[in-house]
Amino acid sequence: MSAHAWLWVAIVAAGAVSWLTKATGHRVPERWLEHPRVHRIASYMTVALLFALFAVQGFTSGRALAFDARVAAVAVAAVLLWRRAPFIVVVIAAAGVAAGLRALGWG
Amino acid sequence: MARLTTGLSPVRQQAVSVSLATGAYGLSQGALAVAAGLDLWQTLALSLIVFSGGSQFAFVGVIGAAGSPWAAVGTSALLGIRNGFYGVTLAPILRPMRGWRFVWGAQVTIDESTAVALAQPAHDRDARRTGFWWTGVGVFVAWNILVGVGAVAGQYIGEPQAWGLDAAAAAAFLGLVWPRLAPRRAQAVAAAAALFALALTPVLPAGLPILAAALVAVAAGWGGPPIDLEPTEAPV
Repeated sequence: MSAHAWLWVAIVAAGAVSWLTKATGHRVPERWLEHPRVHRIASYMTVALLFALFAVQGFTSGRALAFDARVAAVAVAAVLLWRRAPFIVVVIAAAGVAAGLRALGWG
Repeated sequence: MARLTTGLSPVRQQAVSVSLATGAYGLSQGALAVAAGLDLWQTLALSLIVFSGGSQFAFVGVIGAAGSPWAAVGTSALLGIRNGFYGVTLAPILRPMRGWRFVWGAQVTIDESTAVALAQPAHDRDARRTGFWWTGVGVFVAWNILVGVGAVAGQYIGEPQAWGLDAAAAAAFLGLVWPRLAPRRAQAVAAAAALFALALTPVLPAGLPILAAALVAVAAGWGGPPIDLEPTEAPV
């Protein structure tokens, strides 16, 4: 199968898992998931994965660490988030900073 | 916006404004998905059937980083776990749900619909149900339309890096996690997960360092004080 076809399979699989996860929550007895350990791990899972995605997306290139225009872009994004800017503004500002620096020949 | 929602009850007004604000960042999801190598139809399908912002950004991020489709499925599945817990909290409010209503209710069980439902007074079950359904369906419509618009626009962008789309993806992840970083312990978990993933990047195939960061969550959550699994509203 082509890479394109495998990507389709993965999309459908991700969708099926996503719906089943949501549906399961509505159907299981509450006490099954009441354990504090389960709650803690589920809560930290979101934080750990999103921040790992941020780090890999921001500071790696292939299999190597890379510090380029993205560093300045995410620094600007962090300041905007701290100033409570809307999500879409943060994303567009980060793209603009990186694109601008690259147009100037940096990173 | 004010004129648009005049005449609606407060919970419906809240649902509409959350839907529009959340939909707006669907634009970035659509553009980033196309930049990562999905075509227009794959981008739309991912958005319609996965329908959970964090999971979609994660799937696209892993594919964009040349990770395998299975690493993408795994990461998006782990990021979707919290939606399962929202269902547990929502079930007593939404009961009874059967047939197509259940299929839809499950599909729109996400951060935003849960947050708006639980933001209504606990004694007002009607307001909570209205908050859930209006926000869930509203975000579904606005999000998927704007993902499509972002994907179409993304097709006309030549070199993603020249437009800074790689930096935009990093900023998107930072924006998604930001509202969850208030507790000290969450900050420590985030820092440890990032260092772990970066340290493993040179030695593991693409995508797996991110999945490995799940181990940090398991280790951090094994002991410690009880915490509530509350949805944070989208960073709107």
